[in-house]
Amino acid sequence: MNEAVLKNARNRLAGSQSQKEISGIVQKKRMNREDLIVKSILFLCAMVSVLTTIGIVAVLLVETLSFFKDVSLLSFLTDTKWTPLFKPEHFGILSLLSGSVLITLGASLVALPLGLMTAIYLSEYADDRVRRVIKPILEVLAGIPTIVYGYFALTFVTPLFRMIFPDMGVFNALSASIVVGIMILPMVASLSEDAMVSVPKSLRNGAYALGATRLEVARKVVVPAAFSGIISSFVLAISRAIGETMIVTIAAGATPKLTMNPLESVQTMTSYIVQVSLGDIQHGSIEYKTIFAVGMTLFVLTFLINLIAQWLKRRFKEEY
Amino acid sequence: MSIIQIKNVDLYYDKHHALKNITGEIKERSITALIGPSGCGKSTFLRTLNRMNDMIQGVHIEGEVLVAEQNIYHEDVNVENLRKNIGMVFQQPNPFPKSIYDNIAFGTRIHGMRDRKELDEVVEQSLKAAALWEEVKDILKKPAYGLSGGQQQRLCIARALAVNPQILLMDEPTSALDPISTAKIEELIGELRKQYTIVIVTHNMQQAARISDETAFFLQGEVIEFDTTEKIFHTPSDQRTEDYIAGRFG
Repeated sequence: MNEAVLKNARNRLAGSQSQKEISGIVQKKRMNREDLIVKSILFLCAMVSVLTTIGIVAVLLVETLSFFKDVSLLSFLTDTKWTPLFKPEHFGILSLLSGSVLITLGASLVALPLGLMTAIYLSEYADDRVRRVIKPILEVLAGIPTIVYGYFALTFVTPLFRMIFPDMGVFNALSASIVVGIMILPMVASLSEDAMVSVPKSLRNGAYALGATRLEVARKVVVPAAFSGIISSFVLAISRAIGETMIVTIAAGATPKLTMNPLESVQTMTSYIVQVSLGDIQHGSIEYKTIFAVGMTLFVLTFLINLIAQWLKRRFKEEY
Repeated sequence: MSIIQIKNVDLYYDKHHALKNITGEIKERSITALIGPSGCGKSTFLRTLNRMNDMIQGVHIEGEVLVAEQNIYHEDVNVENLRKNIGMVFQQPNPFPKSIYDNIAFGTRIHGMRDRKELDEVVEQSLKAAALWEEVKDILKKPAYGLSGGQQQRLCIARALAVNPQILLMDEPTSALDPISTAKIEELIGELRKQYTIVIVTHNMQQAARISDETAFFLQGEVIEFDTTEKIFHTPSDQRTEDYIAGRFG
């Protein structure tokens, strides 16, 4: 009796299986035109930035090479005067380079330590309520147009410093570099904080459980673990400082000078380019070509900084 | 001789009453297992013993925890020193992203040891105590993340031992490990018992029965029964303990 029931059931099961639709599991590949179109569009989007970069470098290179037909590379790199706009003409990039370096150095001295400490405060010390107030303020600071910073430097910071240094000129590297520092500060703080926040909690707990103080956890666990993110934020900020134009044009002056004295008026590479671009320089003239040579120098400089950063990241990387 | 005395401890996460009137004693140089279903408060309780709950916002604790007769929640207590003396090992191995050597030396360095020879000695002794020395003595400068999960957990035990604690708290130290690594760690815990007082949270009933001297059974923030492991596993006085151990819930 039991066996009969079982047999019956088995038959029924087998029957139902054979009746079941078994086609449709494996289908022919659809001609996936949609995929292809989307892929092509996205590829073109990616190519826009690649091609733009190639184009910019190409223009820079061509004009720079033609500049160096007239001016020797040696005198470009060793001459200490930069007077392409009046006679006797000198093409010594050092004068502009020193201006850019001075501003960038000053800005970094302000922004890197302050930014890093802000980031440590926000990620390790501040409680949620404080963080929710400070972070948006930092982001507002990052959104202020640089021209506003420029006037802030010229009309507020400079008069302030002239109370301390009465001999200081209206245009000077000091206030320009401090204000450039303030401008890049939120970038350092915000990006470094992101890097620190993403360090796993378990690492902090491990250190706290060994009797580490907050400062020790921040200095010896969180900062080393977030090091590559912190370096990235530094590099981005330094690159912005080198490339910053408006603040230095307004507040640092237009005197190319080989000096490291922050109280003097200097000219950076960027503000020189602005000066020439705004003037009535003839297309194709040597003066015109100087801005490409200067632009190329800027490009090489930022590129070098990126290389150093890559090396630093590899050298001190802590993976988690 | 009891090294830790817990007196009427209540703990709240904001409004949530997570530990309810916990009282008990932990004997010196013994292994105390904390068992109970998930969310019963055993890990929270473990963290009250070295004040790791201080890190969590909104935690409020009442009652007293006496370690060597001193209330660790007294306002004068040096929390860093307390944590140095009461080491902790976590559920997931959490070595620092540094070399094996620097992981072990981390604690001793922050507590002021600078001398290279002394540090070498501490590293070697700690790794030996954690039964890891033979496996890593030639790769001390290599990153700790290259080790297997079980080795990483023993490294974390060595790291805790390096600062010379008297008590070791372990929060499910083997739950992320395979059976062979688990066996090694259990064997190690048995060894450590001779010198240290160990409190271990475990989900694994057999583990509690195998290695511990005393067992506390937690349920919904309360200690239902706290007695010798022998008694808890063979003749529990509370029906709920018996049901949990028999696997009828949890």
